[in-house]
Amino acid sequence: MGDMAEQAIILEFSLQGQDFIRAGEASTEIKQRLKKLGFRPDVVRRVAIVAYEAEMNVIIHARKGSLRIEITPRRILIRTLDEGPGITDIEQAMQEGYSTASDMIRELGFGAGMGLPNIRRFADEFKLQSRVGEGTLLEATIHAD
Amino acid sequence: MKLSEIQRILRAEVLVDAGKLEKEVEMAFGADLMSDILAMCREQTLLLTGMTHIQVIRTAVVSDLAAIIFVRGKRPGPEVIELAEEAGIPLLLCKLTMYEAAGLLFSAGLSGINRDQEPHRGI
Repeated sequence: MGDMAEQAIILEFSLQGQDFIRAGEASTEIKQRLKKLGFRPDVVRRVAIVAYEAEMNVIIHARKGSLRIEITPRRILIRTLDEGPGITDIEQAMQEGYSTASDMIRELGFGAGMGLPNIRRFADEFKLQSRVGEGTLLEATIHAD
Repeated sequence: MKLSEIQRILRAEVLVDAGKLEKEVEMAFGADLMSDILAMCREQTLLLTGMTHIQVIRTAVVSDLAAIIFVRGKRPGPEVIELAEEAGIPLLLCKLTMYEAAGLLFSAGLSGINRDQEPHRGI
């Protein structure tokens, strides 16, 4: 990682609620970029999974939002910010199996109540803030060293 | 176990070979829930699934899966096949149910994911 500038590399993607065709494109691109930058495969994989679950959450639950990745040699910060219903009870939302997703989303194999627990599992640091009726901010950090 | 051997056992049709049919696969997982796949699968796992939408391919890319077998004869659309070709992920299609396909592969010696280990960091 010696050739990487000290300055962070920032990638930003806008996400559209209910866009299940493009869902996952941003995370796939992030994964390719990290691979090219020379991060360890296990780090790349963890970032990709966290970004993908976070991206899907915005597409499933919010009207729109953004996915932002801040890459430095030592850590990768993944942040989603959305305009949507927000989360009434964060503790409940963190429980495996709890989900408010619709049947249509469940038919796609999502909405099984594993997204947030998966993000917490794969991330080294995790933060979730939400205002009901306004939106949700999720930040997850993965240490690269 | 090689993918070509898996294809023979399941009498599967190859939809995308990605030049990887002679590649060795060490373990398999069966699921229709994308988050279960993301949570449980280690890299280079073979996935058996009844889901055929495009998110299955994206999930496979994100999780570094070895290959996907669609069960119950469910055929994915052309956009799904195209994305798998681009991503270099082999796709096979078999007529068996998930249970039958998994049973045959397990009996032939292809193991599941070891639940005693906590693989969840994906290493």
